[in-house]
Amino acid sequence: MAEGAGVTEDLFRSESVRVLGSLMRRFGNLDLAEDAYQDACVAALETWPRDGTPANPGAWLTTVAGNRALDRIRRESARLPKEVEASGLRPGWGRRAASALEAIDLTAGLEVDGEPVDAPLADDQLRLLFLCCHPALASEAQIALTLRTVGGLTTGEIARAYLVPESTMAQRLVRAKRKIVLAGIPFRLPEGDELAARTAAVLQVVYLVFNEGYAASGTDTVVRTDLCVEAVRLSALLEQLLPKDAEVIGLRALLLLHDARRAARVDSTGRLVPLDEQDRAQWSSAQIARGVAMVERALQLGPVGPYQLQASIAALHAEAESPQATDWPQIVELYSLLARIAPGPLVTLNRGVAVAMCDGPAAGLALLDALEGSGELAGHHRLPSARAHLLEQLGRRSDALAAYDAALALVDNSPERAYLTERRSRLSRPSPPIETLGEDP
Amino acid sequence: MRYMLLIFTNPENWAVLSEAETGAMYGEYAAFTQRIVDSGEFVSGDPLQGPETATTVRVRAGARSSTDGPFVETKEHLAGYYVVECASLDRALELAAEIPDAKFSGIEVRPLADMTMPS
Repeated sequence: MAEGAGVTEDLFRSESVRVLGSLMRRFGNLDLAEDAYQDACVAALETWPRDGTPANPGAWLTTVAGNRALDRIRRESARLPKEVEASGLRPGWGRRAASALEAIDLTAGLEVDGEPVDAPLADDQLRLLFLCCHPALASEAQIALTLRTVGGLTTGEIARAYLVPESTMAQRLVRAKRKIVLAGIPFRLPEGDELAARTAAVLQVVYLVFNEGYAASGTDTVVRTDLCVEAVRLSALLEQLLPKDAEVIGLRALLLLHDARRAARVDSTGRLVPLDEQDRAQWSSAQIARGVAMVERALQLGPVGPYQLQASIAALHAEAESPQATDWPQIVELYSLLARIAPGPLVTLNRGVAVAMCDGPAAGLALLDALEGSGELAGHHRLPSARAHLLEQLGRRSDALAAYDAALALVDNSPERAYLTERRSRLSRPSPPIETLGEDP
Repeated sequence: MRYMLLIFTNPENWAVLSEAETGAMYGEYAAFTQRIVDSGEFVSGDPLQGPETATTVRVRAGARSSTDGPFVETKEHLAGYYVVECASLDRALELAAEIPDAKFSGIEVRPLADMTMPS
C-alpha cells in the first residue's frame, strides 16, 4: 500500500506541469491553478483506491482540477464585490484591486494568443516554464517557482534543498505569484528574437538548479542528489518541448555528462574527490555515451552557444581514460571560444587551469594572477584554490600556503574545506617535497 | 499649469494603523479625489501596486534587460500620484498638503514640462 502511495505521489509530480499548464491557459491564475490541482490530488487519493486508477490519470486530474477551479472562482466572485464596497475606495481603484485578484475562465474567449484552446498541451507546459522564468522575477524566485510548478516539488522540499526555513520559501513563492498577477506577467510563448533570450533564461534556471545540487554550497554534503535529479528531469522536459534548439540539447548533454561522474566525486567517507583522482570506472559509461552523442547532435544543429561549448569540454573530460590522456589543447581552444561568446571570470579561471595543463603551471598561473588583479572573482574560493595548486607545482611553497589559507577563508562547503585543509597540511609537512608532476589542479 | 503630486509612503506608517484608521485614510483619499474632481483640477491619478511588483528595464548596447525590483530601493517608495491642473505652485502645494500621506511621509510636487511644439 505504501508503495502504491509512492507511485501516486510520483504521478502527481510528473503530471503537475501538464495539469497546471492547462489550468493556466483556462484561468490565467497560478495560485488558483495550484490550489485546484491540490484539490484534484486530494480527490484522487480518496477515489482511486476505491474505484481504481483511471485509464488516463492525467486527463482525470485535469478535468477534476478544472471543475474545482470553477468552484473556487464562483465562491470568490460572490465575496469580492462586497469587500471592494466595504473598503470605501473610489470605484476605479477598487475595480483594479478586484480584477487583480479575480480569476476569469479564459476558455470563454475560446482562444489564447490567437490559438484555439485545444492546441497541443506542450505549448501550455512551455508557457508555464517561460512564466516561471520570466526576467521580471528575481532569480531565486524563478528557481523556486520552476521547481514548484514545473517540477511539482512541495514547498518543504524546495526549502530543504535551498536550506531555508519552509516559511521563507513559502513567502518567496507567494510574493512571486503575487507579482505575476499584479504586474501582469503574461502566460504566453515569446516570439522571434525574444524567444532565444527567454529560452536562455529558462536554461539558466535549470543550470542553476543543477549547479546547486552538484556543488552544494553552505552544506556538509558534496552533492545534493535531489536537485541534480530534478535538473536532469527538467532538461529532459525542455528537450521534449524545444527539440530543435541546439542550446537546449547542449544543456541536457552538459548535465548528463556531469551527472555521469556524480558517484565518483565523493568517496565512502564523504570526502570530495577532485577530477584527476576520481575512479573513472565509477563513471556511468552509458550516460557518457548518451551525453557525447547529444553534444554532437547539438553542434550539427547549431548555432553554437555556451552550453554546447561547456558540454563539449565535459565530453572531452568524460571520454579521457586518465587526466594525462585528456585532450587539453582542445579544451583550451573550447574555453577560448567560450570566453569570446560568453565571457566571465569563471571561464577565465577554467581556461587558466586548462592552459596550465597544456603549457605548464607557470603559463596558467600568469593568467590566474591577471584574473586576481582584476578583482572580478573576489570572494570566490576557487581562484585562490587553483592558484595554490599551481604555486605548489612550481615549488613556491610559502606562496602556495598563503593561497590555501585565502581559499580556506572563503570556502563554505565542508567537504571542500576538508579537501583544501588536507592539501594544505600535506604541503606544510617538513618532510621531503611531494611529487606533484602531472597533477590536475 | 500642470503638476504631478508624487505620494511617498513608508509601509510601516500604514502597518501600525488600526482597521478603522486605515478605513478613515481611504475615506480621506476618496474625499480628496472627489474635491479636486469637482473643482476641475483633477487630470489623472492612480495608486501604484507595491514596489515588490516593480520591474526595472535597462537597455545596454542595444540589449534589453529586465530585473525584479524598483529602480531605486528606498524605505519610502512611490505609492501613487495625482496630476493636477491649477493656477500656480502655491495652489499645487496646498493640494499636496491635503493628501492623507502628507501627514506621514512626504508629497513631492513637480511641474510637468511643457513639450508642446511652438506653432
